[in-house]
Amino acid sequence: MEEIINISHLVKRFDKLVAVNDISFSVKKGEIFAFLGPNGAGKSTTIKILTTLLRPTSGSAILNGSDLSSNALGVRNSFGIVFQDPSLDDELTAYENMEFHGVLYRVPKEVRRARIEELMKFVELWDRKDTLIKFFSGGMKRRLEIARGLLHHPKILFLDEPTVGLDPQTRNHIWSYIQDLNKKEGITIFFTTHYMDEAERVAHRVAIVDHGTIIEEGSPEELKRKTNAASLEDAFLSLTGHEIRSEEATAADYMRMHRRAWRGR
Amino acid sequence: MDTVYILWLRQIKRYFRSRARIVGSIGQPLLFLVALGFGLGPVYQRAGGGSYIEFLAPGIVAMAILFTAVFSGIEIIWDRQFGFLKETLVAPVSRIQIMLGRTLGGATVAMFQGIIIFILSMFVGFRPVSFVLLPLALVFMFLIAVLFTALGTAIASRLEDMQGFQLIMNFLVMPLFFLSGALFPLEGLPSAIATIVKIDPLAYGVDGLRHVLTGVANFGLFADFSILLVITALLLLIGSYLFSKIQI
Ligand SMILES: Nc1ncnc2c1ncn2[C@@H]1O[C@H](COP(=O)(O)OP(=O)(O)OP(=O)(O)O)[C@@H](O)[C@H]1O
Ligand SMILES: [Mg+2]
Repeated sequence: MEEIINISHLVKRFDKLVAVNDISFSVKKGEIFAFLGPNGAGKSTTIKILTTLLRPTSGSAILNGSDLSSNALGVRNSFGIVFQDPSLDDELTAYENMEFHGVLYRVPKEVRRARIEELMKFVELWDRKDTLIKFFSGGMKRRLEIARGLLHHPKILFLDEPTVGLDPQTRNHIWSYIQDLNKKEGITIFFTTHYMDEAERVAHRVAIVDHGTIIEEGSPEELKRKTNAASLEDAFLSLTGHEIRSEEATAADYMRMHRRAWRGR
Repeated sequence: MDTVYILWLRQIKRYFRSRARIVGSIGQPLLFLVALGFGLGPVYQRAGGGSYIEFLAPGIVAMAILFTAVFSGIEIIWDRQFGFLKETLVAPVSRIQIMLGRTLGGATVAMFQGIIIFILSMFVGFRPVSFVLLPLALVFMFLIAVLFTALGTAIASRLEDMQGFQLIMNFLVMPLFFLSGALFPLEGLPSAIATIVKIDPLAYGVDGLRHVLTGVANFGLFADFSILLVITALLLLIGSYLFSKIQI
């Protein structure tokens, strides 16, 4: 199968800290690819580089035929993303946030209107479409962000912990929609999650990253076999060890922690 | 085109939804107009300057635009902190379009603010010499608005958080305002001050506005217009460039 993401020797350094340490791998077209690793492993940093938000210290990547360093616009034309951190405009309504996205991504008006309605009904926010985002709960915001990410059908969809803070019903519901999209339109899915059961269920292939390097790659089955584990979670733990990652919390981490705690209620 | 429009529309919606901001940014110029206008009026008259309100009003209109415009530009820092900036940055549109949409949105808001102050100034006794020239006044208001929104955006593209905000207010916006000739006539200034005034872009905006509203001028309409236009174009380009370099 054809490769749609090709990463070679990617490095990202923040002062002394090496967040991404010489990562190379590729994702095939139409694949559902899980990028797993403990907190601070470098998952989001890698995604930020691939989505043109951060420039790598060194290394290169090609997405859907466009080189990251020479054709950022081509890369941007190829993907959609649901960020780990909040990214809605609080002062706009739910509908306006969707509309804004649809226009920026040049989804034709008719398709846009129909799809916004379909997606907002799907995440059960249609009756709240005219509410300002600042009055939404954490879970509602998350659902809207996912709906927004699915609005224009890109070649590659990045999902950075898309289902964090959502109840199991909603998570299943959303994953079956995404799997459907993957099957019908051949959209490549690149996602991260800390719910190993989720990854085991939906991912065709998994890469496990720790301290900025890839330590294992393969299908969930292969990883389980290699580590003699009963579940992907056990495989993950035996590959990355049991110690909790403590690190200097950055402002973003701190905010994230708060948001999680708040959502968890 | 749609991109520019939707970005413009967003700025407009945000502005009209925040009443506190509208009232807040009208209050300060109004205070300047009333306190200085009436407070210094008699002295100005005795010195042979004529009506001070007449002289001051165009300057205060420019002030209202300056503050709102810079503030609109700086809003990027909020977008960065609340996370929304990411959404615009990953979109498959050119950075110039984003810059243009944002800037025009902020500039429209700032210009609207200037028009409100202009109308309010009529209540405290200001009368433009000719209503025929009002469209020209709008052109100058627009140029001032775009110029300083672009400046705000350019600066904010380099700032990570709100800590730089006070710095910009105290060391950029305030001097721009006080040294623009908005409050005092430019004739007979000490040469050092006169030189500084000449490199303050707002001086040309104030001069242009004052020219079309009261008939009194220093640099001449054409000079005012072309200098503003060139600086605006330059800042838009610099702003787009700095914007395209933002990393999150
Ligand atoms: N802008 C930044 N400046 C400095 N350090 C950063 C920055 N962004 C990330 N880091 C650091 O880089 C490392 C990798 O962070 P990253 O966000 O990629 O982790 P992650 O794998 O996504 O973790 P999580 O599961 O917690 O989301 C962390 O140590 C983090 O503190
Ligand atoms: Mg992350």
